[in-house]
Amino acid sequence: MLALLLAHAVAALVAPALVGWLGRRAFVLLATVPAAAVVWALSLTSRVQHGQGPTEVVDWIPSLGLQLAFRLDTLGWLMTVVVGGVGALVLVYCSGYFRAGAQGLGRFACVFVAFAGSMLGLVLADDMLLMFVFWELTTVTSYLLIGHYADRKPSRRAAMQAIVITTAGGLAMLVGLLLLGHAAGTYRLSEVIAHPPHGTAATVAIVCLVAGVVTKSALIPFHFWLPAAMAAPTPVSAYLHAAAMVKAGVYLVARFGPAYSSDPTWRWLITTLGCATLLLGGYRALRQHDLKLVLAFGTVSQLGLLVLLCGLGTRATALAGLAMLGAHAMFKAALFLVVGVVDAATGTRDLRRLSGVGRELPLTATAGALATASMIGLPPFAGYVAKEAGLEGIAHLDRGWVGPVVLVAVAVGSVLTVGYGLRLWWGAFATKRALVTEAASQDVGLTIAEAGTPDARPAPISHPSLVLVWPALILAVLGLAVALLPHLGEHLLAPYAETYPEGEPGHLALWAGWTPTLALTIGILGVGALLFAIRDRVEAWQSGAYRGPEADRVYRRAMRRLDDLAADVTALTQRGSLPFYLGLILVVFALAVGGVTIAAAAWPQSVRAWDTPGQLVFAAFVVASAVLAARSRRRLKAVILLGVGGYSVAGLFLLQGAPDLALTQVLTETVTLVVFVLVLRKLPPYFSDRPLAASRWVRLGIGVAVGLVVMGVALVAPSARVHAPVSDAFAQEAVEFGGGTNIVNVTLVDIRAWDTVGEISVLLVAATGIASLVFVSRRSGAIFRAADADQDRAVWGGIDDPMAALRRPASVARRAEGRAVDREWLSAGRTLAPQRRSVIFEVVVRLLFHTMIVYSVFLLFSGHNAPGGGFAAGLVTGIALIVRYLAGGRYELGEAAPVQPGVLLGTGLFLSAGVGLVAMVFGKQVLESVIVDLHPPVIGDVHLVTSVFFDVGVFLVVVGLVLDILRSLGAEIDRREEQGLDDGPLRSRQRVRR
Amino acid sequence: MIDMSPNLVLVVAIGVLFAAGVYLLLERSLTRVLIGVILIGNGANLLFLVAGGAAGRPPIVGRGSGPMSDPLPQAMVLTAIVITLGMTAFLLALAYRSWQLHRHDEVQDDLEDRRIARLAAVDLLATRDTDIDVAGATLDEEAELARDETDEGVVVGGDLGGTDHARGEGGRPHASGDGPGGDAP
Repeated sequence: MLALLLAHAVAALVAPALVGWLGRRAFVLLATVPAAAVVWALSLTSRVQHGQGPTEVVDWIPSLGLQLAFRLDTLGWLMTVVVGGVGALVLVYCSGYFRAGAQGLGRFACVFVAFAGSMLGLVLADDMLLMFVFWELTTVTSYLLIGHYADRKPSRRAAMQAIVITTAGGLAMLVGLLLLGHAAGTYRLSEVIAHPPHGTAATVAIVCLVAGVVTKSALIPFHFWLPAAMAAPTPVSAYLHAAAMVKAGVYLVARFGPAYSSDPTWRWLITTLGCATLLLGGYRALRQHDLKLVLAFGTVSQLGLLVLLCGLGTRATALAGLAMLGAHAMFKAALFLVVGVVDAATGTRDLRRLSGVGRELPLTATAGALATASMIGLPPFAGYVAKEAGLEGIAHLDRGWVGPVVLVAVAVGSVLTVGYGLRLWWGAFATKRALVTEAASQDVGLTIAEAGTPDARPAPISHPSLVLVWPALILAVLGLAVALLPHLGEHLLAPYAETYPEGEPGHLALWAGWTPTLALTIGILGVGALLFAIRDRVEAWQSGAYRGPEADRVYRRAMRRLDDLAADVTALTQRGSLPFYLGLILVVFALAVGGVTIAAAAWPQSVRAWDTPGQLVFAAFVVASAVLAARSRRRLKAVILLGVGGYSVAGLFLLQGAPDLALTQVLTETVTLVVFVLVLRKLPPYFSDRPLAASRWVRLGIGVAVGLVVMGVALVAPSARVHAPVSDAFAQEAVEFGGGTNIVNVTLVDIRAWDTVGEISVLLVAATGIASLVFVSRRSGAIFRAADADQDRAVWGGIDDPMAALRRPASVARRAEGRAVDREWLSAGRTLAPQRRSVIFEVVVRLLFHTMIVYSVFLLFSGHNAPGGGFAAGLVTGIALIVRYLAGGRYELGEAAPVQPGVLLGTGLFLSAGVGLVAMVFGKQVLESVIVDLHPPVIGDVHLVTSVFFDVGVFLVVVGLVLDILRSLGAEIDRREEQGLDDGPLRSRQRVRR
Repeated sequence: MIDMSPNLVLVVAIGVLFAAGVYLLLERSLTRVLIGVILIGNGANLLFLVAGGAAGRPPIVGRGSGPMSDPLPQAMVLTAIVITLGMTAFLLALAYRSWQLHRHDEVQDDLEDRRIARLAAVDLLATRDTDIDVAGATLDEEAELARDETDEGVVVGGDLGGTDHARGEGGRPHASGDGPGGDAP
């Protein structure tokens, strides 16, 4: 079964290529796939009949208990034959139906075959969730097929309507299936049916399942999507909307019928919905002028009947229901195909314009007649056998007044069926004298069509190819053939009917003697014929009668209301204001966490005022700087206060016993300060004034509330610990496996190395983001080398030079004295504007830079056993670069680090993550450290741990980050400033404002 | 085992950092928002330390005596510090970009959100969606007019697609001169 589904999937995937290669003839080739399903099912007929149909179970997602479980029983067998048979015939039909160069044929073929596969999966699935997956797949493929002509608005709307309605029902059904599966303890369909759960949950599940049925099978009140879906190409209507997809709901009823047909909720829902749909569909079909719409409403009506028969719950009706299901697939698909032929031949489906088609296309008319006869229940056709069995079963229904009511409904529905069936055939094929005479009189004058009124002349008729005719003919003749062997049908379908718990077994027969049912059938046919005879009066009466609210308009109005509601909710919740969102989040945090803290938390037994008095000093700095920073109106002041706070926090870290943290905090605080200043030079010196004082109080209130809540958390959190910390074992692990004594560093590069890999990835992304925000269209700019600098010494020139009069141009002086340029303290110092140079700074930097680099390398390699490590080392190198940049400008930076930061970042990440793979070479886990002790002469003992490479990677990433910051927020902004690029837009914009 | 009673000085510092941070976070100036985030970050880092227990000697094996401070929160805080640096730089780049484009670093309201709210207040649709028009013909009336791109039927002389289906039903070439065409309008 899995192979069969796979074949469908493969066929669907290659279909576009096949159609591109073979043209529309590819459809014939594709038809072999559904045909194979039929052959497969037929070959298993006797096994299925004896209840030994094949099963297949493949584990899919074991952790969720999802299995690809398939099973072929009688119901599945019938559905497979219907789905595969009609599918194959319709595909063959397609090869002649569409114009050779019709648009989107490849896609059509793909989706069509995919639908056939999904439908097959749906009827074979023995797992409820798997069945749901296929159910939704048919919904999606149906959507694509209805919307085949995506350039037409009606197609798109019909497709959208169909998917919205069927998906809504599908979701309800999913809830029902989950409830059932939960109550039954298994999702295996056959087991749930065998031992159905009962109770409230089951009742709710039934209602949900019926919701799925109602939407999928177009029952009242969701019947309207099916007529609208007639916007689809006719082969789609024939297959999806007559034979296959709309039967999915019937299939579901038939599947769960044996388990739940005795449930009162089920009975009421199914009986009411079935009868109402049967009658409404038939009534509406009587007044349609479009042949496809007559069939569509007829299908709605028949679906009501099918659901009714399968759901009533006795063996006789179940047998009749299954027989009807098969018969309906044959005659309705045939009729759609026939209508397609008429459409192709005449260019219209309007039965007021068709005349004499039967004379021109006798074979098509014959097929249509056979199928119509089956539909209206004329003996000896399949429709007659099934309906007769159904009436017999309903007549023997032992349920008080329900039986007679249902019988009357089915009888009236059948009368309507006879009426619209005859009208359909007459409309499509008859020669209408009125139309002919009218046309003759009109031929003298102008063509009416050009005048804009409906064309009253009969449509011209051409002769479509025979490929279009014989699929319909086969289906129609089959409808006759199976009826002539009613015992075979009964024999085949009886195993299913026997799964129902109540009722006498029913029978399929052509001649059951002179029974009341036969009289009823004769009566139905007679009244139906009468209805057809007075069709004009019926039509006139219907168009005058009250129609009630149009379901389609109700739906559209409801969708419009839904849109309005969504917009209102969006307007209410999505205000577009960042402070509003953050405020809301923080208020929720304060209330939720604060509430829990107050209500449920255990307050600590004891508190300590401080560990060392020094903490009090640093904490005072932290508090004061935070409060002052919050009050500051000057940007630079706020940033400097922030720095003070940051350094004080570093002090707290140190006193807490965290030298690594203190070191890193001091270094990052320094870099942060520089980055702030680099950007703040572009921003106005003062924050803008907030006009609303009230909002400040609100913000202060939220701030204080959050602060208090966090303080509460800080008090509660330490004593909430009930287990020994995992870090107790870290000390031993660090030395034994990590080969280092600095536990924090070993944690970073070994014990929790994956975290660190993730973190340096974030740094890489942030660095790339910074560069992209500044360079906008490039990853980064060129590296500024001293040799490329202009000779006019312009870097940072912007301010006045008060000493200008005292200076000689340096280059002139040098040239005059013949001194070499490389005697400078900094190699690019001469690129600075003279007033920006500071000899002391340059000398200090010259002396300091290499010292810092050496210190950085020391931190990097000693970090494993002492405070330090890749992060600190990278930051120290970064600060060294910052110092070079501040002393000598962007050309100095280029001289100090003539590499693209992207290279550093990439290499770093590769080293860190890649070194982990090296461990695998040594037969260890990824990122596990390998310790190598070497004893080379002279140097002494070398204790090499592979995680040092990891740390080198971290180092490179951090250096890359700082370099990226300097090159974009420093050097690039400098360049723009000098070239006047940044100020250009401002000036022009200000001019516009004036 | 480390002494797990909370340190009041640190708790107060955390509270003030969070309060000041949140106060700034709810501002519109991106610089202030950023300062607020950093203050909150510092507060959170301290919170980690408090949750890790009392102060102790540095977590380096073999150095000093007495109880060691908890290394795990330290490792977490260390990465947090560096990440904060990256984020600070990124937000500052954003502020610079905002200055480049708008000459200020204020976080403006989302215009699209405001537009949706304005239209919702008067029950107008924010997007033009003709597919849910209430007016017009019902879908089944429209489906009536849909036509497929069907085969032209028998064409005398035969074309590419028609060669293998050359014989039409009825056996004679179609009567009328112009075929239905089958094309949708």
